[in-house]
Amino acid sequence: MWEPSLTAKEEGGLALSDEIIVSRDDWSLHRKGYLDQTRHKEKVDEIIKQQLGDLIVDESIILSDGKKNTKIPMRSLEEFRFRFDYNKRNHTGQGTKKMVPGEILGREQGNGKGGSGSGAGEAPGQDIYEAEVSYEDLANILFEELRLPNLDDKKRPLIAHDRPVFNDVRKKGLMANVDKKRTLLESIKRQAFAKKGKDSKLRITPEDLRFKTWETRPNFETNAVILAMMDTSGSMGQFEKYISRTFFFWMVRFLRLKYENVEIRFLAHHTEAKEVTEEEFFTRGESGGTRCSSVYQYALDLVEKDYPPAHFNIYPVHFTDGDNIGSDNAKAMSLMKQLVEISQIVGYGEILRTHYSSTLMSTLKRISDPKLRLVTIRDRNEVYDALKTVFS
Amino acid sequence: MDNEQRSLSTIAQDIAQVARSLGLKFCPVNFEIVPAEALYTFGAYGMPVRFTHWSFGKAFYRMKLQYDLNLSRIYELVINTNPAYAFLLEGNRLIQNKLVIGHVYAHVDFFNNNRYFLRTPKDMVERMGAHAEKIREYEVQFGRDRVEKTLDAVLAIQEHVDYRSHISPNTLKNETKSRNKCPQGEGQKKLGKKKSSPYDDLWWDLQDNSTESSTLQEVEDLLLYLLRFAPGLEEWQRDVISIVREESLYFYPQIETKIINEGWATFWHARIMHELDLSDAESLDFALMHSQVVQPSRLGLNPYYLGVKIWEYLASVKPLDYLWDLRETENDLSFIRNHLTRELVEELHLFNFRKVGAHWQVTENEWQKVRDNLVQQLVNGGNPRIIVLEGDYEGKGGLSLKHRHEGVDLDIVYLEKTLALVQFLWGKPVVLETVVDHKNVLYECSNGLVSRRQATKILDKEGFRE
Repeated sequence: MWEPSLTAKEEGGLALSDEIIVSRDDWSLHRKGYLDQTRHKEKVDEIIKQQLGDLIVDESIILSDGKKNTKIPMRSLEEFRFRFDYNKRNHTGQGTKKMVPGEILGREQGNGKGGSGSGAGEAPGQDIYEAEVSYEDLANILFEELRLPNLDDKKRPLIAHDRPVFNDVRKKGLMANVDKKRTLLESIKRQAFAKKGKDSKLRITPEDLRFKTWETRPNFETNAVILAMMDTSGSMGQFEKYISRTFFFWMVRFLRLKYENVEIRFLAHHTEAKEVTEEEFFTRGESGGTRCSSVYQYALDLVEKDYPPAHFNIYPVHFTDGDNIGSDNAKAMSLMKQLVEISQIVGYGEILRTHYSSTLMSTLKRISDPKLRLVTIRDRNEVYDALKTVFS
Repeated sequence: MDNEQRSLSTIAQDIAQVARSLGLKFCPVNFEIVPAEALYTFGAYGMPVRFTHWSFGKAFYRMKLQYDLNLSRIYELVINTNPAYAFLLEGNRLIQNKLVIGHVYAHVDFFNNNRYFLRTPKDMVERMGAHAEKIREYEVQFGRDRVEKTLDAVLAIQEHVDYRSHISPNTLKNETKSRNKCPQGEGQKKLGKKKSSPYDDLWWDLQDNSTESSTLQEVEDLLLYLLRFAPGLEEWQRDVISIVREESLYFYPQIETKIINEGWATFWHARIMHELDLSDAESLDFALMHSQVVQPSRLGLNPYYLGVKIWEYLASVKPLDYLWDLRETENDLSFIRNHLTRELVEELHLFNFRKVGAHWQVTENEWQKVRDNLVQQLVNGGNPRIIVLEGDYEGKGGLSLKHRHEGVDLDIVYLEKTLALVQFLWGKPVVLETVVDHKNVLYECSNGLVSRRQATKILDKEGFRE
């Protein structure tokens, strides 16, 4: 039906073949774009990782309890090259009407040529997208960095206790364990088979009933408790509270990955210790001196009362400015030693904005047990390092 | 072969016949119907096969996002090979495909006949496939990170290749590392010779091929220079440079003929469609689609629109033969310089604008100024001209570069980052001389750290050189 035209024939050199092929292949194997896109994403993540110290202390995440995302102006990776300064050159544009010199096209942003959709930057093709870094993204990247070395395996079987596991459905059972969904389904099925009129009411007969049944199984549930201790003496201000809050925020979430149940108890102290609510813990300040031994004693008592070390993984963390009453140091150290013995990891953090080294820190340094992790935080972005030191 | 393919094959044959009868001359074209994803992959990589790099992934992601959000869509993609390959978007309606097929034939006509494409290899798909294979091997052998780091650096300077090396004296051919060690005597000899006749420089490469080393010619081909003389590179890294360079040379003619080629294809697809028997509904569809293609974009310049306007204008005032000649001999730069007329500038409401304080302000609307500004933006593919001065800066093996400042300063942030990448390839320190706010400035990068100082030294050096 198709005759090659004369012109085409004359073009012998070019038109090697008059055959025109339209084909369709299976392109599903071409995943390359996705692979390289993944690599790009990885590299962006690397950059997030470099900024992690700043990102994890972001108020919008901590104060919203991880429900809100934090927005950071995130560039996709830039492809550097020698290029002209966009702001220093003349551009040519096209108007819908005659444009006269002096007419204003726009301010700084929205300079038109920058490319639609990618947002407006200072220069063309600058790919800034306001990336929402979600709590999950941050958590994934952060937790990749953290380790839990003293997960005491031998403890697991010990805390086994029987627990019912509902894993079967039967036709007979206790009415309290009736499986409503399955019962209803049975009823619908039965009536559908019976081909009754559609308007007939759904009725549950005894043969529809289904019951959940259980087996008892030994349960290797793992429990962890965080004993959050904080110095609430006069010298601990908003900054120190925020630092500790950030630390505990991530700590709780990290431990939840590893243990089925993670509890947190809040112990505040100045010269005396007491248990407080979370809100009080992070907001209330009191005056007076500091006696750290008081809270260590309180923690030990609490463990003895509620958290037998045989059943619980214990994580005491203490934040203070380290300004402990000198005469208390010896006592604090001996109590700390006991605490270290029964715990998986003990964190001791001094939040210092001035540069003196406290006596309590130097005292505690004498405890050589690797389970005791000592950190000093001077700036908000050091929370990240503190987390890495404690969980490494 | 399914129905769609069969009917498209028939249509493609009809359209080819119409296109040829109108005078277009093109090699065979293989059409492939591909899903959107494949088309965006090819768009991002510029080819159906190419080596792996995150920057392509980034481009792919952006294109796909725009497609998913309905911001833009590509209808087709043509690969300049023989036979040519054209990819049609799966789900294009028949009338869309008719337009696209006509468009494709005109592109292929342009590829086949335009002088700037004379030297592009016709088997580039296979070559790039081989390149991809090599890079993959290097990744296995030397580790992905090292290959990526090398590619990061090489791709950053991929434009700095001498696209006209075939018509310029081949300065690197006989070069040796000692070229700058004892340049004076020889240089003077050469310069003296050069001055003997005002036209000698034209024949220079013919006359002088015998002289062995050290010319004082500045080298435009940064990639080639690195490939030959970078002291610390491993063999595979040199190969990476040569791969990127070859691909850059292949793509450059497309970059420098964007406006004229898109305009050409748009001009012809409209004419071809006029020759076809279209139903009323198809005619309407075609008109809609055509108008989308040539839609003027706000502030920016739609190359399809600008190009087709110039071609249409030329067709209205010149004989057709003249058009065939132009499509053989012109690129964007000459096309705009020679054929963007006062009438067109005014009809299209073109104007120049720049940043004044915090505002973007219209600065000029006289047609010559608009034309000249467009031309300036097209010089060297829109890239700054960076030349190699010497490979033994201050006698310490440093690489000395110079930005040929032609009125527009460089982006300093980018300059510093890119310089560090060049230094990574060179190994030893790298300096770049440029002009910032009318002052000569020297950027120096060693061990990845960039410093800046007023350039007085390098000027002395130039004095010495002359």
